[in-house]
Amino acid sequence: MIYEVFRQERKGQPLQHAGSVEAADDHFADVYAREQYGRRGESTALWVVARDAVIEIDDFVDELNRNYHRVDGYPLKEKLKEARDRVSAGEG
Amino acid sequence: MNEEVQRTLLEIADDELILGWRDSEWTGVAPLLEEDVAFSSIAQNEIGHARALYELVARAQGTTADALAFDRSPDEYRCAPLVELRLMDWAETIARHYLYEEADAKRLEQLKQLDDPEIAGLAAKIDREEAYHRIHAQMWFDRLQDEPRFIEALEKLRPQAETLLDSTKRGEHTPELTDLWEEMTMVRRSQPVGTTW
Repeated sequence: MIYEVFRQERKGQPLQHAGSVEAADDHFADVYAREQYGRRGESTALWVVARDAVIEIDDFVDELNRNYHRVDGYPLKEKLKEARDRVSAGEG
Repeated sequence: MNEEVQRTLLEIADDELILGWRDSEWTGVAPLLEEDVAFSSIAQNEIGHARALYELVARAQGTTADALAFDRSPDEYRCAPLVELRLMDWAETIARHYLYEEADAKRLEQLKQLDDPEIAGLAAKIDREEAYHRIHAQMWFDRLQDEPRFIEALEKLRPQAETLLDSTKRGEHTPELTDLWEEMTMVRRSQPVGTTW
């Protein structure tokens, strides 16, 4: 069975996917995950979860390219930079 | 560091070096890939522990860790016969691993109580890694405890494990140690005198 391993590098940080281990059951997965992802002080916590238990959703389609629905469709960084440049050019 | 302590540390260092060497024989041939990684890592830890212990003894004896590890003749090693055996049988290897970790835990507990802060500190450091070895050994014990082959291996090796905690029973070696020693020291012995790396 494949188990996915998530690890937390420092307390308070989110757990991030680190990799996977193959193990016969939860007990073996626990030991192998500690061995490979935890025991050299590189993690403060691990989540070990059977891949089968993960609800995977990957059927996102965006055929009509309606990215105006998304909040990330309007990047402000560039616009702010332009505005600042305009202002400082006006001052100069 | 008095001679008795030096002797004890050397016994443990020799056990760790030879067991690490034997365990490393499973690299690439363990029953599962994950186990291959885990068991090889344990082997490497044991050799690392040997190095640290040899360094303490070497300082007291005015020599080097390498000289202690590789320049003695086989009959000068103080390891227990249990760690010398070439066991290319997984049930027997796990039985030895379990019995060794059981004895090693008791031994480290004693070292941690010594007045010498350097030895006690090293023992505590080693024990933090051995904790993972014990978890690993227990996992396999739980899995194999009802298997006749494993039960038989435990019964066969248990009397030898008792030597681990009894200095007076050490000194006798198996012929397997000589074969191991030949291979282990091959490069070291082949280098011209005065070679530095």
